[in-house]
Amino acid sequence: MTAFFALVRKDLILFLSDRRALVISLALPIVIAAFFGSLFGGSAKTSAIDVALVQQDTSEIGNRIAAGLTSDPNLHVTPLALADADKAVRKGEQKVAIVLPAGFGEAAGAALFGGGRKPEIALLYDPSQPAVLAMVKGMLTQQVMSVVSAEMFGGKMGQAMTERSLRQLDERAKNDPDSRVLRDMLASVQKYQALPAKDGAAAGPSKGLSMPFTTADRQLSSGIAEQGYNAYAHAFAGMGVQFILFMGIDMGIGILLARRSGVWSRLLAAPVSLTQVLLTRAASGAIIAFALLCVVFTVAVFGFGVHIASLPGFIGMALCFGVLTASLGLVIAAFGKTPEAARKIAMFAVLVMVMLGGAWLPSFLFPQWMQTLTMAVPTRWAIDGLDAITWRGMDAMAAVPAMGAQLGFALLFGLLALWKFKRV
Amino acid sequence: MSSVLLSVTNLVKNYGARRAVDGVSFRVLAGQTVGLLGPNGAGKSTIVGMLCGLLVPDGGDIVLGGERVAPGAAAVKRKIGVVPQDLALYDDLSALENLKLFGALYGLRGKLLLERIDKVLGQVNLADRARDKPATFSGGMKRRLNIAAALMHDPQLLILDEPTVGVDPQSRNAIFDTLEALQAQGKALIYTSHYMEEVERLADHIVIIDHGKVLADESPASLHSRLAAQAALRVELAEPAHAALLDGLRSQRGVTSLNTEGAALDIGLAQATDALPVMGWLQQAGCRPLHFATARTSLEDIFLNLTGRTLRD
Repeated sequence: MTAFFALVRKDLILFLSDRRALVISLALPIVIAAFFGSLFGGSAKTSAIDVALVQQDTSEIGNRIAAGLTSDPNLHVTPLALADADKAVRKGEQKVAIVLPAGFGEAAGAALFGGGRKPEIALLYDPSQPAVLAMVKGMLTQQVMSVVSAEMFGGKMGQAMTERSLRQLDERAKNDPDSRVLRDMLASVQKYQALPAKDGAAAGPSKGLSMPFTTADRQLSSGIAEQGYNAYAHAFAGMGVQFILFMGIDMGIGILLARRSGVWSRLLAAPVSLTQVLLTRAASGAIIAFALLCVVFTVAVFGFGVHIASLPGFIGMALCFGVLTASLGLVIAAFGKTPEAARKIAMFAVLVMVMLGGAWLPSFLFPQWMQTLTMAVPTRWAIDGLDAITWRGMDAMAAVPAMGAQLGFALLFGLLALWKFKRV
Repeated sequence: MSSVLLSVTNLVKNYGARRAVDGVSFRVLAGQTVGLLGPNGAGKSTIVGMLCGLLVPDGGDIVLGGERVAPGAAAVKRKIGVVPQDLALYDDLSALENLKLFGALYGLRGKLLLERIDKVLGQVNLADRARDKPATFSGGMKRRLNIAAALMHDPQLLILDEPTVGVDPQSRNAIFDTLEALQAQGKALIYTSHYMEEVERLADHIVIIDHGKVLADESPASLHSRLAAQAALRVELAEPAHAALLDGLRSQRGVTSLNTEGAALDIGLAQATDALPVMGWLQQAGCRPLHFATARTSLEDIFLNLTGRTLRD
């Protein structure tokens, strides 16, 4: 055991004395994860959509629609003139501009009751934001329906319009039985409009149509609802995995350099076996990888509000990922011919693995066939496991398959490396 | 008479179809220094690899202190110290940390480990640089630390594979001083080199290897006695010597060989004292030498004589 501990201790001292390795393994993943995390929404619960409002209709209905949009927490409304709104959308400063045309309120009311010509709301949008357009349309529809129907059922504009529509229907009802039915309905509306407002309730607006349902939104992605989704959690998992695998490459290259120098011969000339030397290198690599992942996530927790739902789950994941990293280093050392060539190939392989593993973009954004295919990539399990015990808020048991898969890959890599080393 | 420490018998190693070591046998006595001489590619490093248990022989036996040397033989490995040709040190660990590591590999720890570090640093004159990293050392100091690492476990046999490669003459002398001190302590050494002068200075037994075979296995004195010429005289004349002069020279007492190179004569002599009469005869024969020099035949000449090529081929 003296030799085992001495070899592991040597590797730890060498790693800590290499400032370049420390910077690459610690500072870079934190900086890049912070960048990606903020890009994907950071730890904010929701982010309001930037919308420009061109209000050309200053009627009661127009004013109330504008007020409703402005008070919606999902929107960040900026009133602009049409030309400025057009320019802002073209520049990408605003995602969507809503143009509420003059006379909209009256025309909308007429269209609601009398089958008049429907007015048109122009929506100017950034072509790179089609999803945002759909969301704004939904919120606008809700506002317009609520305000227009409220006005029609209780407002002065609605009463006047009801009277006018009734007169028109009286004329048409002589020859059209359907108009008679509609006339009866409007007469009922007129009676409803004439009702006195209830105590404590405002007249008019309270009588408008409202959505026939409400939604109860519960986040099931995190164990603690008030924590909310934290985009930093995935970013730190992805970048942590990527840069710690880079450390694994350095570990493999270190073995190749030792073989090139006399150090490897001296180690094997000592009373330790090749298997022991490889095991000690794997052990030190796994310890370093585990420690790095812990430090990276400590920064994520205290600096970026990432929540670790299961500490045992995280420790298990970090240990298994450490072993996986170390075994990858051994494979690189076993199959690499020269340090220079091995580094290039290993960098390429690791970048492909982290890309397919979902380190850069979450794997749930992949097409279904790619999600299935990438189950064969070890990094996919590492990142999914870390996601499970962070932002998905699951317990340690949920990460067990990911831990098992990583250990399976590590065993495969380790045996391959040992086989190759013993052949030389 | 000293006991046999290492016995190598009919050692064979093949690399594919190529036979790198072909039936090599030699012995090392306790306290003896054996010089393993041969040009690049002769098979020296392969033999050293097998002696250290790094390579598995395809045939033959290596027995050290009664135990067979093999890659898995931990006990016998503890009796051997290896100084590889390349610097086998971690540049980013201090000299102290390097020695701690290599000592621990042989099971040393605690007080004994620290005592051994003090001892070997003293042996190689690096006691005042223990806390410094080898990266800050000169080439010669690194070589000495390389030797110190091999001495940590106080081996019975120290194998040095060309330990002075790339070292300046002053540092080389420092290394020789260290090795001579080890010889004085009774340590057995195997010293591989293609520098004849190094082997002549250190070795009391020489094994000459070429193409994986042993060409000579004897003491330096015995090797010298094999050659007819023990001394050489080089004479440069104003013009090339004529045939009658050369015939006359060959018949002189003590002349064992004669070669010409333009106007220069290379005369082999049975003894160094034969040089003076030969010079007198040349003067009587009307020769006016422009320049002359005498030299003792070296192991380089012996190697040339045995293999037909120089050590640095």
